[in-house]
Amino acid sequence: MRSDVGTLLTLAGFFAVLSLFSVGGGNSAVPEMHRYAVDVQHWLTDRQFADTFALAQLTPGPNLIIVALVGFHVAGVLGAVVAMLAMCGPTGIAAYYVGRASERFKGKIWHTAVSRGLVPVTIGLTAASATVIATSADYGWTAAAVTAATAIICYFFRINPIWVFAAAAALGVAGIV
Amino acid sequence: MNDSSPVPRAAERLAVAAPPPSLLELFIAFATIALCGFGGVLAWSRRMMVEERGWMTPEQFNETYALCSMLPGGNILNFSVIFGSRFRGVPGALVAIAGLLGPPMLLIMIIGTIYAHYGDAPALRRMLTGIASAAAGLMMATVAKMARPLFASRRSMAAPVVAIATFAAIGIVHWPLPLVLAAIIPISIGVAWVRL
Repeated sequence: MRSDVGTLLTLAGFFAVLSLFSVGGGNSAVPEMHRYAVDVQHWLTDRQFADTFALAQLTPGPNLIIVALVGFHVAGVLGAVVAMLAMCGPTGIAAYYVGRASERFKGKIWHTAVSRGLVPVTIGLTAASATVIATSADYGWTAAAVTAATAIICYFFRINPIWVFAAAAALGVAGIV
Repeated sequence: MNDSSPVPRAAERLAVAAPPPSLLELFIAFATIALCGFGGVLAWSRRMMVEERGWMTPEQFNETYALCSMLPGGNILNFSVIFGSRFRGVPGALVAIAGLLGPPMLLIMIIGTIYAHYGDAPALRRMLTGIASAAAGLMMATVAKMARPLFASRRSMAAPVVAIATFAAIGIVHWPLPLVLAAIIPISIGVAWVRL
């Protein structure tokens, strides 16, 4: 755990920039987070990153909460707070001003073009997030089967995902995954 | 925000009937949404804002949410800021975001501490592998649902091509996100604009 000022600044800088590129929600930022935290900074191993993702999924709340856990892992409570503030500050301020001005934008042609143009990018990013997690360490063919089964169940049935997670956790503990 | 909106429709007048939330109510509402929201908070926030409290009409919710998903950052975080500020200005935005993030952050730091101590225990390792595998599957299902209208409309192949190109650049080739987005977003918006 490194809670020196330099590390905190690196955390803040990275997540502030990342927040501006996370179109379509927190999960679209997962591949970039993985690339930077694992490959560039070596804050976490591949396995630890996959674990962090799993823990963030277990915790109720916005998916973005993974940012706090990465920060916590790097620099403790201070790291979690700094990372989260950096991730939410710039975009929160942007949302505040855009929200106030939104009435003026509505119906404008560029407004429609921007929202339509961002949709496929968001979808591509979220698909990439799934791949990054699925190709992390500890991932064998039984784990792939769990991934496929979850995908099918959640696509075709309106079930609370927590039950599927519970079943997957039980399979894991039983040593099947 | 409300005073600048156009002539209220019947449904909006109905929403006005619900008294605007106090700061405490805002905090409690968003903390509840956060703590109930396993696997995404969208469903819970709609239920709270529209069905339970009547703070928004379904149309207002859709419009606000569409705006939030267009902005960078977490959709629901942007939503909490816009919603909180609409009723109570800057303090409202701060209280809403604190409610949304405070309790989950506390929880995840407790979980993180447990992981730091027992992360190498075999049973916990296997459990996390199981959950991570399932979480990847859940994400794929969400992507498939989101992508359905994209591939269903025969009008244009542009959107599916953009989605697949983004996926390949980030998920397979592992190029840096800012570079990929700087290249693909203008193209995607440009194509959407031309086709309007």
